[in-house]
Amino acid sequence: MYGRGILRGLGVTLKHFVNTYVDDLRYGFKKYSKDNFEIRQGMKAQGSFTVQYPDEKLAVPERFRFTPFLVTNDLDSEEDPGKDWCTSCGICAKVCPPQCIWIVRGTDPDTGRPVPEPEAFYIDIDICMNCGYCAEFCPFDAIKMDHNYEMASYDRTTAHIHDKPTLQRELSYWKKIAPTTAYEEMELRGGWEHTDVIKARAKAEKATAKAEAEAAKSTTSDKSADVDPEVAKAERLAKREAALARKREREESGE
Amino acid sequence: MTDQAIAPAQTDSIENAIDNLKAQFPGVVTDDTRSGFSGVIVDSKKLLEVASYVRDQLGFDYLSSATAVDYLGEGESGSDMEMVYHAYRISGGGALTFKAQTPRDNAEIPSLIDVWPGVDFQEREAYDLYGIRFAGHPNLKRILMWDGFEGHPMRKDWQEAYYEEEHKPFGSRWPKGHVHRVEEMNAYGKNVKYPADFDLGRLSDTSEAELYAGLGLGVDVQELSGDNLRTDRLVVNMGPHHPSTHGVFRMIITLDGETIETLEPVMGYLHRNHEKIGERNTFIQNMPFTDRLDYISSMGNNLGYALAVEQLMSTGARYEPPNYRVEVIRVLMTELTRIVNHLWSLGFLLNDLGAFFTPMLYANNEREKILDFFEAAAGSRLMCNYMRFGGVFKDVPERIRSVKNLVNDKIRDYDTMEFLTEIINERLPRFLDEYNYYLSENEIVKSRCIGVGVLPPEMAVAYSTAGPLLRASGVPYDVRRAEPYSIYPELDFDVPVGQNGDLYDRFVVRMQEMRESLRILRQLLPRLEETKGMKVTSDFPYAGRVPVGESYGRVENPKGELGYYVVSAGDSKGTQNPWRYHVRAPSFINLTVLGQMCKGHKVADVVAILGSIDIVLGETDR
Repeated sequence: MYGRGILRGLGVTLKHFVNTYVDDLRYGFKKYSKDNFEIRQGMKAQGSFTVQYPDEKLAVPERFRFTPFLVTNDLDSEEDPGKDWCTSCGICAKVCPPQCIWIVRGTDPDTGRPVPEPEAFYIDIDICMNCGYCAEFCPFDAIKMDHNYEMASYDRTTAHIHDKPTLQRELSYWKKIAPTTAYEEMELRGGWEHTDVIKARAKAEKATAKAEAEAAKSTTSDKSADVDPEVAKAERLAKREAALARKREREESGE
Repeated sequence: MTDQAIAPAQTDSIENAIDNLKAQFPGVVTDDTRSGFSGVIVDSKKLLEVASYVRDQLGFDYLSSATAVDYLGEGESGSDMEMVYHAYRISGGGALTFKAQTPRDNAEIPSLIDVWPGVDFQEREAYDLYGIRFAGHPNLKRILMWDGFEGHPMRKDWQEAYYEEEHKPFGSRWPKGHVHRVEEMNAYGKNVKYPADFDLGRLSDTSEAELYAGLGLGVDVQELSGDNLRTDRLVVNMGPHHPSTHGVFRMIITLDGETIETLEPVMGYLHRNHEKIGERNTFIQNMPFTDRLDYISSMGNNLGYALAVEQLMSTGARYEPPNYRVEVIRVLMTELTRIVNHLWSLGFLLNDLGAFFTPMLYANNEREKILDFFEAAAGSRLMCNYMRFGGVFKDVPERIRSVKNLVNDKIRDYDTMEFLTEIINERLPRFLDEYNYYLSENEIVKSRCIGVGVLPPEMAVAYSTAGPLLRASGVPYDVRRAEPYSIYPELDFDVPVGQNGDLYDRFVVRMQEMRESLRILRQLLPRLEETKGMKVTSDFPYAGRVPVGESYGRVENPKGELGYYVVSAGDSKGTQNPWRYHVRAPSFINLTVLGQMCKGHKVADVVAILGSIDIVLGETDR
């Protein structure tokens, strides 16, 4: 019969239309309240599912990336509160595809030598393409992608180049917006502190352990005297040769 | 009908074909001996004969890609410009790559438009961006840039406005990165080039008049029509701002009465010289840029580029191919992308046919769920930037969860495998059944679609069309089967093929492709469970070098065959930046045949035919 397909199609739209009201009835017309947001947006949702932005907002997942921010120590931390994690190594500026990151490397005012701290850090938010490479390649977990996507402003010339104070966020902010990712990163680093702090601590611990062991050794028996100094030197040389060979190999393979 | 279109299946290998070619044309065809390069170099004087032989005798009837490269300072001087052609057999198999060289001054190469008409737009693009003249091309004019543009922007010695450095990373960013905007740096446009006689006061644009003159205006139609009915030839200008063109795309249509006589697409309104940006970028910096090509299916774009670069990397030392889990995740993402894209394109096709927004919004409802997954895995819904060389960005998350910084924190707190199983086994099949019931038998859809925009198979192959457009014409050509990549050989799926090559077949082929994608996805779920815990991230360093050579990586993107031609040259140790980065954009090349398909139809059908090709302007204009 001609027209059957159209009637079928109209049937489908009618079903959707009626189902919306049936679903409303099921929740006693309170489907659009904030409490039932979950029902409206979940996997089993039926009927109308519009999010009334900006009154309601969908939470973004952890990996959501918008613009970058700089991680600092918590302001209430015991050591160096508010200290930048960035060491101004410049990897983010080099990997940034649209080249929107500008870093002035810090220098010691007395010696003029570079110090691991950025003197200035700018991100041109208009140019940023939200790719997340800076956060991915940062070896110090010092730059992360923010979840704040409401950045519209009336004037792009004054508001859209973010400088260091605008970009800085405490570590606790990162822990809040991305708890599992922050935890994974902490496990890789070996602690909640900055990599350098952890390394320095590990080094210090090793040194004290060594000192203690040596102290213990010297009290019991003087074993080090047994080792022939010539043999020890040969061993050191062999180790150095092996390390150099590895380095050459690495360079040759093009890294 | 199909028998004519498809040349007799040729079983001999590419090597045999090349030997055959060299024996047939001694002295004309020589091996490409550069390190990392393959294929043959053809003397450009005999190119036409060689191309005819390649198509007719060797059976390479499908010209996938034709593009130019400028080897300024790298190649032998006097033959710096090179056209690279990739020809395939419709029956499957690898590419026969042949190249023709020409000097940079007065660059000229014979046009292959008589052998493969699909080369039309690609040669115009090479003329536009590289300044190579194609002798014998009937309509050789700029295609992406405007007619008054000075210079050929893809040439290596051309510099854009606000030019800073040849390659990224720029030295001004670190360690003394005192920020400034480009417009401040170059306030008076000092490095913007204008033609020598450029004077704003005397500027008169003649390009429109030329365009119209080419469309046959000024011909006395009354005389032609013969009978007493007086009809006028009329020019209708559709676009660039027309809702049916899905972006900024323009069609100039000449009508006789209400019937279309000629149709000429005009594009380039969204052109940003993606390929030049790609050559300034490092290899890894190009990945997020590929998202912006076909922004509906960025996962597929990522995969194509990753494959092309991995092909190059595989020639170097210390290369490990991506492991099994990486491949599973890649196929999972690209097949979900295919569903996302087809939902979108069918929704808009229905929109163009007059079913205003209802079918599209039903489709979008399901699309949202897949995008939620992309967002949880990659961090973004559209600009996924997920694939890396030899890996992916991160493993799929354990849970698709949101953080508790807003009132509604439980909505998307699902176990990922449960979420995927629910989507793949429940929601999408249910939706496809409903959509099919809703539309496929609809009389209006049928009367608007059946017999409209017919594309015969021989024409579809000759015009290098790809994807659902090609398959709806009855040519079972799918890169996933013709030249399999990733884990497609071990997956069980069919390639849906139409019979008539009209709009309705394209609609049906896309519906069936979504079902086949679901079939693949169902096979992937257990594989995803099995491989849990394998390392999927990439070790490619932030300034990694890629060995010299050329590669052509192609994938079956939802819109058709997406190819990346990548050349690494300039440093024998490998380079950080691609020498050449070309995108074989399916949306762009599929448009070559638009004018032919629209001939004889009405204006209202043009909208539907364009909708059925399924273009995205980000990819068309690049």
